[in-house]
Amino acid sequence: MAYVLDLPAMTGPVADPMVPVPYRVEGVKRETHDTFSLDLAPADGAAVTSFQPGQFNMLYVFGVGEVPISISGDPGNCPAIVHTTRVVGAVTKAMGALKRGDLLGVRGPFGKPWPVAEEAGRDFLIVAGGIGLAPLRPALYTLMKQREKYRKIVLLYGARTPEDILYRRELERWRGKFDLEIQVTVDRGAAGWRGNVGVVTTMIGRAQCDPANTLALVCGPEVMMRFTLMELQKRGIAQQRIFVSMERNMKCAVGFCGHCQYGPNFICKDGPVFRLDRIEPIFGKAEI
Amino acid sequence: MIHSLDAVIRQHTFFRGLEERYIEFITGCAKNIRFEPGQYIFREGDPADQFYFIREGLVSVEIMVPERGPATVQTIGEGDVLGWSWLAPPYRWHFDARALRETRALDFDGKCLRTKCDEDHDLGYEIMKRFTNVVSERLDATRLQLLDLYGVRA
Repeated sequence: MAYVLDLPAMTGPVADPMVPVPYRVEGVKRETHDTFSLDLAPADGAAVTSFQPGQFNMLYVFGVGEVPISISGDPGNCPAIVHTTRVVGAVTKAMGALKRGDLLGVRGPFGKPWPVAEEAGRDFLIVAGGIGLAPLRPALYTLMKQREKYRKIVLLYGARTPEDILYRRELERWRGKFDLEIQVTVDRGAAGWRGNVGVVTTMIGRAQCDPANTLALVCGPEVMMRFTLMELQKRGIAQQRIFVSMERNMKCAVGFCGHCQYGPNFICKDGPVFRLDRIEPIFGKAEI
Repeated sequence: MIHSLDAVIRQHTFFRGLEERYIEFITGCAKNIRFEPGQYIFREGDPADQFYFIREGLVSVEIMVPERGPATVQTIGEGDVLGWSWLAPPYRWHFDARALRETRALDFDGKCLRTKCDEDHDLGYEIMKRFTNVVSERLDATRLQLLDLYGVRA
């Protein structure tokens, strides 16, 4: 019988998805020299809107602009909603200057999530590159919360240098629990670094997963994902069991404006998480 | 679990599909070896007469940069093949290889295998195909490293 796995239904966005809701910055954490996490809670004291792993919010820095940012916190424990961002442009730069107590607008959550909750009994192979670990962290929280439901869980994470490793303390803590295999590699080692050096794709062959029963979740720069997908398929993981998170210029986040059109899909509405076989014909194409 | 050399070689994906007589010959060229953390497996410029399968541990492939010290180009881990300079003249190592942790490996006599490959081109072709795959994967990985994918402008 052919194996068919589909993405779970998406969590419904707020009543009017085009209207930002004021959120207050409850905490700011410097993750690396150019990334930071913001803890946000509704300014009116209401509960944080629930979300699923892999979804994103549109964050609006008043007077500057709005950008899509993946949710990187724990879906099962969210007194505040967490977003991890890297400074790459005007909006994220302004966001990086926000302090505790400042306000910003939030729309969301949007998009299809990682298929973690309903995939009991499987091995999970999670491959992350750079800031791509942020949208995968909620999936890891979910898997770890019900660890007994799953078989092997392997996280392969590639960063630029040892100083660029995201959530370092958390990764060390998880690794210490011995029920999650975590392999970290950096593109460039540094004095004192005793770990792996090389791109994350080189570690896929070392992961001890059962290819026939493995679900792979992949997020990172698109070139890194292309090579990762080749490696995964070389190891016998079928396209129907590989999920990728795509990134495009999302504006409305609800599939109206067309900015994030990707072939027949809108990344904001039909993604950002896609099952590979659904996008394989257009994945990596220079022009669609 | 203790496995015979023969069993370890048969199970390794690198040798999958190789004829029985070749497996037997290759097993005759192999021995188990262990390296302590910090121990050099080979040094740049030395004769390259071996290659290794890493069974456990981590190996740093590095190059000495004047006034900076050793720079790690890549690490090689469990299940990986280490060393292909034994295949091509001048049969000298181009990099240093150093165990970062206690490392167990299979040590293959490349000189012996090279001679056999010269005599038996069918074996030579099979070995060359397998090493070409390793070299190709390493080249891809190096190109990705050069792209600096996680940089802001990538």
